[in-house]
Amino acid sequence: MNTLINAPTQSKSVLYLDGVSVSFDGFRALNSLSLFLEPGEMRAIIGPNGAGKTTMMDVITGKTRPDQGEVIFDDHVDLTKLNESEIAELGIGRKFQKPTVFESHTVADNVRLALAGERTTWSALFGARDLITDNEIDTVLERVRLKSHCGRLAGDLSHGQKQWLEISMLLAQDPKLLLVDEPVAGMTDAETEDTASLLRDIAKTHSVVVVEHDMRFVRALDVKVTCLHEGSVLSEGSIDAVSTDDRVVEVYLGR
Amino acid sequence: MITRHLSSLSDTGSRVFLGVLLAGALYVSVCNLLLPETHALHVPTHVVALLGKYLCYAILAVALDLVWGYCGILSLGHAAFFGLGGYAMGMYLMRQIGDRGVYANPHLPDFMVFLNWKELPWFWHGFDFFPFALLMVVLVPGVLALGFGWLAFRSRVTGVYLSIITQAMTYALLLAFFRNEMGFGGNNGLTDFKDILGFDIQANSTRVALFVITVAALALTYTVARIMVTSTYGKVLVAIRDAESRTRFLGYRVENYKLLAFVISACMAGIAGALYVPQVGIINPSEFQPANSIEAVIWVAVGGRGTLTGAALGAVTINFLKTTFTSGFLAPYWLFVLGGTFILSTLFLPKGIVGTASTLWHRKRSEAAPAGEVAPTPQAAE
Ligand SMILES: Nc1ncnc2c1ncn2[C@@H]1O[C@H](COP(=O)(O)OP(=O)(O)O)[C@@H](O)[C@H]1O
Ligand SMILES: [Mg+2]
Repeated sequence: MNTLINAPTQSKSVLYLDGVSVSFDGFRALNSLSLFLEPGEMRAIIGPNGAGKTTMMDVITGKTRPDQGEVIFDDHVDLTKLNESEIAELGIGRKFQKPTVFESHTVADNVRLALAGERTTWSALFGARDLITDNEIDTVLERVRLKSHCGRLAGDLSHGQKQWLEISMLLAQDPKLLLVDEPVAGMTDAETEDTASLLRDIAKTHSVVVVEHDMRFVRALDVKVTCLHEGSVLSEGSIDAVSTDDRVVEVYLGR
Repeated sequence: MITRHLSSLSDTGSRVFLGVLLAGALYVSVCNLLLPETHALHVPTHVVALLGKYLCYAILAVALDLVWGYCGILSLGHAAFFGLGGYAMGMYLMRQIGDRGVYANPHLPDFMVFLNWKELPWFWHGFDFFPFALLMVVLVPGVLALGFGWLAFRSRVTGVYLSIITQAMTYALLLAFFRNEMGFGGNNGLTDFKDILGFDIQANSTRVALFVITVAALALTYTVARIMVTSTYGKVLVAIRDAESRTRFLGYRVENYKLLAFVISACMAGIAGALYVPQVGIINPSEFQPANSIEAVIWVAVGGRGTLTGAALGAVTINFLKTTFTSGFLAPYWLFVLGGTFILSTLFLPKGIVGTASTLWHRKRSEAAPAGEVAPTPQAAE
């Protein structure tokens, strides 16, 4: 499983969205959206509330079916034909906008369930997952500095800790592509900085899409930025270019 | 692997539970069979049958807790699986009557003679043979649960909608089994049983044997459920209960996990029904009543959802209360007592009797432990 990440790849895009549209009762949440992500790239997505950022992630992960358009993973896999667990198996992991962890499980068990490996009912009943060592879990938890909390119930963690736990579950899952929706919402400044450096670190070995409002955080990520507005791309480029783009200032930053 | 599975029974709750069952089985059988009726400690046979009935309900409750407590599937249709298991056993018991029925027909049960049927319907074939009947006891509920669950879970029916369609399922069976043409004795159901495996069904020794087998079945059901919930499989079930879509996005095929729990739970409910029928002496369509399924949910809630032992305790406690209240002058108030118990326990014991007790116990223990020390990773909820 672990061989997936660093394997040299011939592909030109890890994620390719073209002309993707989604309507909810006539309301266009995504309007002919196109996006192209290179292997190993980290991309920051910004945009006002309701711009369609979360909906875009829903489309990529199989939660929402697009009305139109292509969604291609790794140059050849059509994601619109697959369901959530199949897409997860392909190597796409997702952090939700609202931190979602298994509250009545311990921190360690949250990671245990996320770790890469077989996921059939049979293997769960008869033990493959029980061979996972505490070491593997600790390694993951150390990266998000939650190791000392491993025995606590996830439901007892603070909001910021839950965000990190969820990110650590993504790491454990070891996907090729990570989709991270508003990871620093509700975090203190110090936590925000830590999260930025954690994501930069993750980006060394993974392709990452980060949605975030916090401009200081986006600046700290120091990657190409895409600004969405009303379901399509308004502007794309370096953070400096995007943040001085007149249209972006008007619809998003100016307010 | 075996040791790991056995270790899932090493917690205090399991040890107390299985210990009480073993002691109870010994006590009841010794005091019924060996003590004279005049002895103060003698357990009368009707009490043995009554306890046996409670324990059948306890098996049903454990089955329900497996899907509701651990996986969040609030089934309001478990009476259907219980009833089907019961009917499978009832059909065997009917065939055992042979020519001793009122009409003394060696080939047909009385109710078929009464309906002027000439031949045994095809689906009654095989029920003379005990192992076949036993197979049907688990197979029929299991297959129904498989078909129903496959459709429901694949279409992602959850929450209230799922509860409603499970209720509709049991209601449909109620209506179907009421019809004489269905060939299950209609309104009157199956009754007047004589023997089981050649033993007189009314005899003390048979009654005690049925009771002991019920105890063993409860212990086995509990053990299987406990092994399931303490394994990684059980952790995934709880994960689905707490955050279904998170579980999907981690790559788990949620519908398969749910389906397995649902089918096994249905088989357990079928076994409960099969043990219930010879001890109660009758099975009729009223067992499919929607209210029965709802009562089972109340047992589990009062005893403690997601604890297994609590489900069993709740079933026995509430049914003991029911027996007490439905005989004598308090009878008209039973439904108020049941509703009141449910409301009070939801308000004051939201985790149920066992859930609350176990929380208090753990709190006391962690206070006793040196401060600052993190408790070792607990195994799934007890
Ligand atoms: N399931 C849904 N049903 C109806 N409308 C939706 C649904 N999901 C999202 N929307 C709408 O689509 C728009 C885009 O939402 P979203 O993708 O969550 O925006 P963002 O994440 O950029 O804030 C919003 O106006 C939202 O109300
Ligand atoms: Mg959003």
